[in-house]
Order: sequence, then C-alpha cells, then structure tokens
Amino acid sequence: MRAIRFALLMIVLFGLGYPAAMTGLAQLIFPHQANGSIIYENGKPVASELIGQPFQRDGYFHGRPSSIQYDASASGSPNYGPSNKELAERMKKDAEQWLNKVPGKEKNEIPIDLITNSGSGLDPHISPAAALFQVPMVAKATGLSEQRLTRLVKEHIEGRALGVFGEPRVNVVRLNMAVQKLVEERSQRNES
Amino acid sequence: MWNAFWQYIFIFLLLMVIAMPLGAYMYGAFFRKGAIDRFFSPVERVIYKLSGLRSQEEMSWKSYGAALLVVNVILLGLSYGLLRVQHVLPLNGGKAENMEPTLTFNTVISFMTNTNLQHYSGESGLSILSQMAVITMMMFTSAATGLAVAIALIRALSQKGKTIGNFYQDFVRANVRVLLPLSIVVTILLVAFGVPQTFSARMTVSTLEGGVQTLALGPVASLEAIKHLGTNGGGFFGANSSHPFENPHPLTNVIEMLSMWCIPAALPFTYGYAVKKRKQGWVLFATMFVLFILMLGVVYKAEQAGNPLFGKWGLTTDGGNMEGKEVRFGIPLSSLFTAITTSATTGSVNNMHDSLTPIGGLVPLALMMLNNVFGGDGVGFVNILMYAMIAVFLSGLMVGRTPEFLGRKIEPKEMKLIVVALLVHPLIILAPSAFALMTHMGTEAISNPGFHGISQVVYEFTSSAANNGSGFEGLKDNTPFWNISTGMVMLLGRYLSIIAMLAVAGSLVKKQPVPETAGTFRTDTATFGVILFATVFIIGALTFFPVLILGPVAEYLTIR
Repeated sequence: MRAIRFALLMIVLFGLGYPAAMTGLAQLIFPHQANGSIIYENGKPVASELIGQPFQRDGYFHGRPSSIQYDASASGSPNYGPSNKELAERMKKDAEQWLNKVPGKEKNEIPIDLITNSGSGLDPHISPAAALFQVPMVAKATGLSEQRLTRLVKEHIEGRALGVFGEPRVNVVRLNMAVQKLVEERSQRNES
Repeated sequence: MWNAFWQYIFIFLLLMVIAMPLGAYMYGAFFRKGAIDRFFSPVERVIYKLSGLRSQEEMSWKSYGAALLVVNVILLGLSYGLLRVQHVLPLNGGKAENMEPTLTFNTVISFMTNTNLQHYSGESGLSILSQMAVITMMMFTSAATGLAVAIALIRALSQKGKTIGNFYQDFVRANVRVLLPLSIVVTILLVAFGVPQTFSARMTVSTLEGGVQTLALGPVASLEAIKHLGTNGGGFFGANSSHPFENPHPLTNVIEMLSMWCIPAALPFTYGYAVKKRKQGWVLFATMFVLFILMLGVVYKAEQAGNPLFGKWGLTTDGGNMEGKEVRFGIPLSSLFTAITTSATTGSVNNMHDSLTPIGGLVPLALMMLNNVFGGDGVGFVNILMYAMIAVFLSGLMVGRTPEFLGRKIEPKEMKLIVVALLVHPLIILAPSAFALMTHMGTEAISNPGFHGISQVVYEFTSSAANNGSGFEGLKDNTPFWNISTGMVMLLGRYLSIIAMLAVAGSLVKKQPVPETAGTFRTDTATFGVILFATVFIIGALTFFPVLILGPVAEYLTIR
C-alpha cells in the first residue's frame, strides 16, 4: 500500500511536476526556442530554422535525400545497411539526377552528403561543398549570377561551434530564403 | 583527422572536469551527513510523509531487493494502464491511439529496465501525457533503481554488518539529489540551443515552395535531459538524437554526450571515496577508459574511411560514410556518440547504427556485449565490480592464495552468484538470436539481407540484454514475437544480475575484513588494471567472437 502511494507520487513528481515546471520555465525564458524556433514571414509561419524542407525546384538549393520527404510529423531513415542493394540503387539514381541538373561534373565530384540519407530525414544542413556544387543549377533557373550566388553561399556558412565542435555547414532553408529575397528584389527593380 | 582529435581531447577534458567533482558530490549525497543532507532533507521528508514511509531503517539484502522489485512492478503496472488508455486521456494533440498489448508490454518493460528499446515511433505512438507520465517518469525511476543498487554494493564493501542500506532512501536520494538537479540544468541548456519544450503536439508551416509541413513538437527538452543523465536513451521522436529537435546543434550533442557519460564515469570516484581507496577508483576508471578509447578509434576510422562500395560505384569516398548521419555532427561527433551511447548503455543515437560500415557497426555491438565499459547508471559500475572480483579470483587461483577484495574473502558462494550474473548475459543474447534466425517470425523482420541481417537480429537481443536500447532499426520489430521475446530478455538482463549482485552485497557485508599484509594481492595498482582489462577482454572475446564473425566481419569481407 505504501509502495503504491510512493509509486503514484513518483508519477506526479517526475511525470507531471517536472515536465510542467520545465515547460513553464522554458516558455518564460526562451519562448522562441521552446516553441520550435519558427520563422515567421508577414506574420505567417514559413519554417522552423532547425527542420529541413523538401526542395524540388531548380531555383532552390536542395537538401539531402530523405526517405520521408521531410515530413516532420515523422522522422527517420530507410536504415540501409552498407551492403544493401537498395542503397546502391538509390545512390546511383540520385547521382544520375545530379549529373543532369548540374552538367559538366563527374560522378565522383558529387559531395557525399547530397547522395546519402540523413539519420533524421529532416537534416536542415548541407556541407558548404554541397551548396557550392549546386550554384550553376540555381543560377540557371533564377537568372542570378554564379558569382552572386557563390557569395551568398559563403555568407551562409556556419563554422564549427567554438571553433572546434561539429562541422562547417549551410542551412538550406535560410539560404533559400535569401535566394528568394534576391529574386524578389530583382523583379521589383525591373518593374520600377 | 586533427579536428576529430581535438574535439575528442576537449570532450575528454570536460568529462574529467565534471566526473571528478560529481563523484565527490555523490559520495556526499549518499554516504555523509552534511550540507547536501541538510539542503535536500526537507524535500525528501515530504516525499516520505506523503507516501507513508515513516522510518528509513537499514535493510537486509533480501528486503532491499524486495522493495526494489515491488516499486518497479507497481510502476510497470500503472504505466501499462496509462498507455493502454492514452487515447482518451488529456494532452493528446497528436491523436495517438491506445497502444497495442504486446507493444505496451515491450514498452513499459523497456523503460522500467532502463533499456529504452522502442518498437513504436514517438511522433505517432504516444500522447504528450504518455511521453511525460510514463516515459519521462520511468527515465527517472529506472536510473534511480540502478544507482541504488550500485550504492548498496559500495556500502556493503565499505561497512560491516547485516544490512546494506534502505532502498527507498537510496532511491529518493538518487532522484532528488542527483538526477533532478542535473536534469533541470541540462533542460534549460538544451532549450537555449533550440530543443522545444511545449505542451502542443503539432505546428503547421507553409513551406517556401508553397507546400505544407507539419512539425511534431512537445516537452522534448525535459525528456531529453533525463534521457541522457539517466542513461535511458529512448527518443521523443523516432529518429532519436539525430532529430534536429532533440539535438539541434554540435553543442547540444556535446551536452548530451557528457550527460550520459558523467554519472557512470563519476561512480568509480564515489566508490574510491566510500571505501577509502581512491587509487582503486582510478584504476577502475582508467581500465574502462582505455577500453573505450580503443573502441572509439575503431569506429571513427571505419566511418571516416567510408563504405568501400561507394568507390566501386564511381562515387566519392571523401567525407566518409554519411548514410544515416547528420551534417552538423559529421563523422567525428557521430562516431563518438555511438561509442559513448553503447558504453554507457544509454542507447540514444545521433546516427543510424544500421547504416554504419560493418566494422563501425561491430563496435557498438561489442561494447554492449562487454556491458561494463562504464555501463549504465549504477548497474554499469556493479558490472565493473563484478569483473574486478572475477579478476581477483582468477589471480588468486593462479598464485594459489585465497582471493580477497578490499579485505573481504571472495569465496565459492560469491563466485557462484557472480558466475550466474556473468553467464546470463551471453545466454539471453545467443539463445534467442539462434531461435529468431531459425524461425520465420525472426527472419521476416530482417530488412538488410545477407550477413547484415544476422547482425540486425543479434544487435536487437544484445541491446535488450545489455539494457541499452539502440537498434539496427531497419529490423521490423513491432510484432508480437519481437515485442515479447525482447521484453523477456530485457527483464532477465536487468533483474537477474541485480538480484545476484545484491546477494553478493549481502554476503560481503557480513564478512570480517582481513587486515592487509605484505602478501595481500593489491587491487589498486596498474598491474591489477592490466589483469582486469585482460579478464574483460578474454571473457568477452571467448563468448562473442563466433557470432561477430558471422555478422559484421563476414559482411566486411564481402564488400571490401
């Protein structure tokens, strides 16, 4: 009987009290982060800065392959083992597509993160090399110059944390929002 | 290469900076009457009062073990009920259905045994209330159970009498003095870097290309903190700590790695203070650390070299094996996370272990098979002490002297119990793996054909037996066969060795310590460290080499 009361108390303290208190505190100190780091444009939520989106058009930089097509109500990867034939098929197919989208490149020049599925299927980042690799494709589709886009990519490179931890990377959603802005600015100039 | 080296060096330094004072703190929290006691006592008195536990008398090992089992069983029952009716309970914004019976069986055992094997996906399988009241709650209580066992064993080695402490007291102290304060700090740090903490389950955004994206949210940070501090490992989301909401930044990755490593790494120091042989604590720590570094080196090198098939397909091999990994972590932080999560038997993953290269995947498998390279909160240290006693016994046999550990004679009674605890582990891995590979129920779940399929099956049972919880997650394991078989393995892997080691504690505490003489075999020297290392390595190798050859090594040879 005492053990049952004790167990119920554990549920109340650690299952309800602790998460509730932490939620209150987090909402108070870091409301932006606590609610999913949402980016708003004209008052409308357009993205989370932490979650990748499925970019298909050539006018945008593309993220990594995702077996769940960046459906963020789920997460995960196909869990292919290194010797799985389906891994080979998918990688070869993706490589062919990249060679069509970015002509004049060799197969072994495609950065590895563009042809491998991330662990979460929601990876918001690509490597700087993978972003630079796509510049010709985006330039052709948007009409922006390759130099301008290269500069844009370089401005969007996040370095290692504290200069040591993690890898240099580019947030694809943020980069594409910047691309979109450049395109809009140019069309406004053309109109006026 | 050099970048990985420096990342590792800094993280090891941070670990030492945290683990050494934490070891001293836990000694104070569990063994001494002082400032820590005065600070937390008022809170604990309220808990005792509300649950009607009037006095905290010392217990024999049998009452201690009984109290442990009773509390665990009641929590299992209550949680089973909650998950079975979660659909009608509040805080279900994601519209999770009531959980299916065999999956519920598996899930509650998984979290109560500190395993956190997950045959469901958090986004769709659990309500927000279940994530809190069942999952987060069990993350505290299972870790506290493990810590209590370690404290009881250390107490048995540091005092003489008939009792090994009071279970409720150790359990409450583990929660209130250790896990809760650390969890609060880690939660706030994680939120600062972007881990969500909210009661709403969904958020919809309209994407740049004009589509709609639904984001799963929830009280993630509070779960994430205790998930690592308690060496639990069960993710809020299906993709676990590779999910950008669970682990958004290289620094959250560092925080999570240190969180799961700090308590197992601190316990040797706590032990050193308690038995007044701080050097011996260091010997145990150093032995485990050397084993860890060797394993880390192998997985890093294998992943950095990448999948040899990529080159054969005409693709680049630069950048290593990024399948199943996140760009922000890259190869170095993914490899380190893999080594820590299977050493400290946490089981959270920041990359998909199923997609590791064959030799890279061998490392987490081997670390769980050894099950004592740091190990989970409390139970890992108990395993280390168990191996230390085996090492003492073997050395005693070799030189023809009665083996002693801290002045207590290790006699047949203790050795029998230890051998039971030791042999259960390979038995509950190898027997069910063989059975699963012989039947359709087992083989139908394999998603990666060939030798890798053997690894998938063996990994699942190894992870269950070691109470780790990571998986080669391609395995289609949400079936009655897998739910029930791994559920049984988790129960046996957890409670048989806990009971056996509590019995050892009960036996050791009664022994009259023999004074140390010049002829005593010393257990606080580098020589003993080497013997301990060899004992761990030889027992592990003799038991598991054949199955490692059939799985990862064979796969390696076919794609080389």
